[in-house]
Amino acid sequence: MQTPDLTAGNVAAYLAEQSARDMLRLITCGSVDVGKSTLIGRLLYDSKLIFDDQLSALEADSKRVGTQGGNLDFALLVDGLTAEREQGITIDVAYRAFATPKRKFIVADTPGHEQYTRNMATGASTADLAVLMVDATDGLLTQTRRHAYIVTLLGIRQLVLAVNKMDLVGDDEAVYRAIEEEFLAFAKEIGAGDVTCIPMSALSGCNVTEKGAETPWYDGPSLLQHLETVDMTQHNQEQPARLPVQWVCRPDHTFRGFAGTLVSGTLRQGDRVKVLPSARESSIARIVTSDGDLDQAHTGQAVMLTLADEIDAGRGNVICSADDPVEVADQFEAHIVWMGEDPMLPGRPYLVKLGARTVPAKLAQPKYEVNVNTLEHTAAKTLELNQIGVCNLSLDEQVPFTSYADNRDLGGFVIIDRISNATVGLGLINFALRRASNIHWQALDIHKGTRAASKNQRSTVLWFTGLSGSGKSTVANIVEKRLAALGHHTYLLDGDNVRHGLNRDLGFTDADRVENIRRVAEVSKLMADAGLIVLVSFISPFRAERRMARDMLEDGEFIEVHVDTPLEICEARDVKGLYAKARAGEIKNFTGIDSDYEVPENAEITINTAEKSPEATAGEIVDHLENTGRLKPA
Amino acid sequence: MTQLAKPSHLQLLEAESIHIMREVAAQCEKPVMLYSAGKDSTVMLHLAMKAFYPAKPPFPLLHVDTTWKFRETIEFRDQTASRLGFDLIVHTNEEGVAANINPFTAGSARHTEIMKTDALKQALDRHGFDAAFGGGRRDEEKSRAKERIFSFRNAQHRWDPKNQRPELWRAYNTRINKGESMRVFPLSNWTELDVWQYIRDQKIPIVPLYFAAPRPVVKRGADLIVVDDGRMPLNDGEKPEQRMVRFRTLGCYPLTGAVESSAATLEEIIAEMLVTTTSERTGRVIDHDQSASMEKKKQEGYF
Repeated sequence: MQTPDLTAGNVAAYLAEQSARDMLRLITCGSVDVGKSTLIGRLLYDSKLIFDDQLSALEADSKRVGTQGGNLDFALLVDGLTAEREQGITIDVAYRAFATPKRKFIVADTPGHEQYTRNMATGASTADLAVLMVDATDGLLTQTRRHAYIVTLLGIRQLVLAVNKMDLVGDDEAVYRAIEEEFLAFAKEIGAGDVTCIPMSALSGCNVTEKGAETPWYDGPSLLQHLETVDMTQHNQEQPARLPVQWVCRPDHTFRGFAGTLVSGTLRQGDRVKVLPSARESSIARIVTSDGDLDQAHTGQAVMLTLADEIDAGRGNVICSADDPVEVADQFEAHIVWMGEDPMLPGRPYLVKLGARTVPAKLAQPKYEVNVNTLEHTAAKTLELNQIGVCNLSLDEQVPFTSYADNRDLGGFVIIDRISNATVGLGLINFALRRASNIHWQALDIHKGTRAASKNQRSTVLWFTGLSGSGKSTVANIVEKRLAALGHHTYLLDGDNVRHGLNRDLGFTDADRVENIRRVAEVSKLMADAGLIVLVSFISPFRAERRMARDMLEDGEFIEVHVDTPLEICEARDVKGLYAKARAGEIKNFTGIDSDYEVPENAEITINTAEKSPEATAGEIVDHLENTGRLKPA
Repeated sequence: MTQLAKPSHLQLLEAESIHIMREVAAQCEKPVMLYSAGKDSTVMLHLAMKAFYPAKPPFPLLHVDTTWKFRETIEFRDQTASRLGFDLIVHTNEEGVAANINPFTAGSARHTEIMKTDALKQALDRHGFDAAFGGGRRDEEKSRAKERIFSFRNAQHRWDPKNQRPELWRAYNTRINKGESMRVFPLSNWTELDVWQYIRDQKIPIVPLYFAAPRPVVKRGADLIVVDDGRMPLNDGEKPEQRMVRFRTLGCYPLTGAVESSAATLEEIIAEMLVTTTSERTGRVIDHDQSASMEKKKQEGYF
């Protein structure tokens, strides 16, 4: 990169030549200690991108915490976090830029440990090429296969198998060929794209930037020669145009622009376009930039469009070529890579961010989990951290989409926990389960309001949540009796009773508790639709599911009653003898003992049966219904 | 930029930055853009003008003024903000000023902590900003190379480098709970050369301090410190002398080393940069005042 004869006079020519270079984003991956960081250090060093002050810092660091016996430890150039340097491992992905006269590169050095798979996937998601490294003395390991599988799953079609540390096996061709053969067979099985195998030594530099004399039997390119010449044609350019709308620009009433990044195809002024999901058509009036309008925009450009007609479009819509628009659906089959510390819970409402849309979604129990080592499909009830499986999912709203194979931006989504907002998974759409356009909601003439009014009330769900023995059922029972005495039409859903029938197939694991509540929420929604005042008395320990139940109903219909009796008192009462059994270890997953209770943050009513009698608290609840207008027709 | 059949790498970097800014504008409640008037944040500002054109960027600028910035930096800051029509919030840690915290008596680490990190946290809290853009680049420093584009901060503004959110494709998760915030780095993938090339291509005005000129300088250890005003205490026998110097990076003037140079045009600066053998931040005293300094400062809430 450095050009010693460079002067201000020829900088212009140099920069013009720079602009013509394209950019390749790659990752290095593979198991621990195969020399990934060393390789990047070597590439930076050989392309003279390590400055003197960085080199002297590296020399000092290598002596202090290096793993190369005082010699330069290139890994320390990329392992930038204190914890990484102390432990001598890579925890998170590091991005470094380098350039050669032929290309510019951004390389992401990704961690090898299985526990940091999500960080490896982060690096892989924006890469065009993966350098998968193996140690010639070890051959293929579990993590090698795992990473090959993940990069292929994430759509990286260019794979380099770098067989490193050839010097340690005497540069023996037979060792290399055996690894190459085994990997090519595996690559075929997982449907990997183009594979290039290269024997090398990152430490000595053999076949890294230049061909090494140590491997005369190898007639392929060095790694850098390969990276500089590999075909990186972006096929998205030739695809139909897709522009997910990020932001609507309305500086005044005369201008309405749709801003977003063109994720495939080309758009020209005058092109006919269709906006999904509304399927309204228009044509492109202008492609606006601060440097003047453009005639056309290409894949990868962030643009601002105006349309010829006043049509309704907003964030999350996708502007498409009119003759080849994307599909719209709300149910999908997808590959899921789970990244949350807590396992995936089928039925729990998560958020899915797909393109510019963020919508509530539920995952079904996995169809299968992929055993990445054997590629076998095994049955699974859930997915744990770093597990990969195939699930159906249903979204609360219809979204424009493509399969992940067709487009990363419109087929790849992240899964977000609704309480912590953490990113707990990634998903890759395989296909829509059915065309949502074929399903219609049956409109009925008699509706909820009519039914409730004929009972002289408003549909309401009183949701009692609290520990076992807190007094939920006792209070709910009294409330129901009082409402009945006032002539209202009620129904009480009790946790124990429902588990004898509808939910008799469910146990007490977190996954089963979520499903238990999901079913009860659906039932109470139907009953509310029938116009009833529904009393639900369930421990319902998780915020996410209580929120799901709340979200299913209209504003004001859901009233959360937190029966906040302290654990010591519930345990002292121990009406059913369950706490004693839980303490003795005879019952597992007992709320309050070895399973969490997440205290409500915004309950409408909080009561404590240790401080007030059940009758008095029941009276407060009936008063609340009265005062909020639930006991008269709307 | 001229239109190529295939966007050039600078066009792609520009598009990525614009995409990131629009995502913040669409998803965050109260964003702010940190503006130090340095070359990176000036490029960031230029990109923001493009991202929302013909509308104005829907956020104000924030400058954390330690009171030890170069006078030319402050002048340029005010000119630029008013030329582009931005609201500019200038925040100074008044308690730090009252306690007479300065780089000389407090030391660089403590000065930075109180006058920059604490001041920044005060300003973000006072205005309730839930997302703050910064001009940091991954090629600047090794802990920055590790940071996400959307970098989550807890309610105490702390960064947890060992537990960063996965960041897939362009599907940035911008969701936070009350009190938490995001630091957002639209220039993450730019290099120093990219920034200079873009400044030249787009004819973006920058602070004159980046160009070589005769300036009053004292040598402190390996650093050439420009004596920007009379507050700088001189050691016995120390006498500022005029030297042709310029800056590759701009911080507080007593903590930013100049380089000897005759580069007075962008072309000369780029030519000099391409043959230099030291890194950009080598002149930043605060990067070297303790081991793993930048990571530590960032964890505490520094940008």
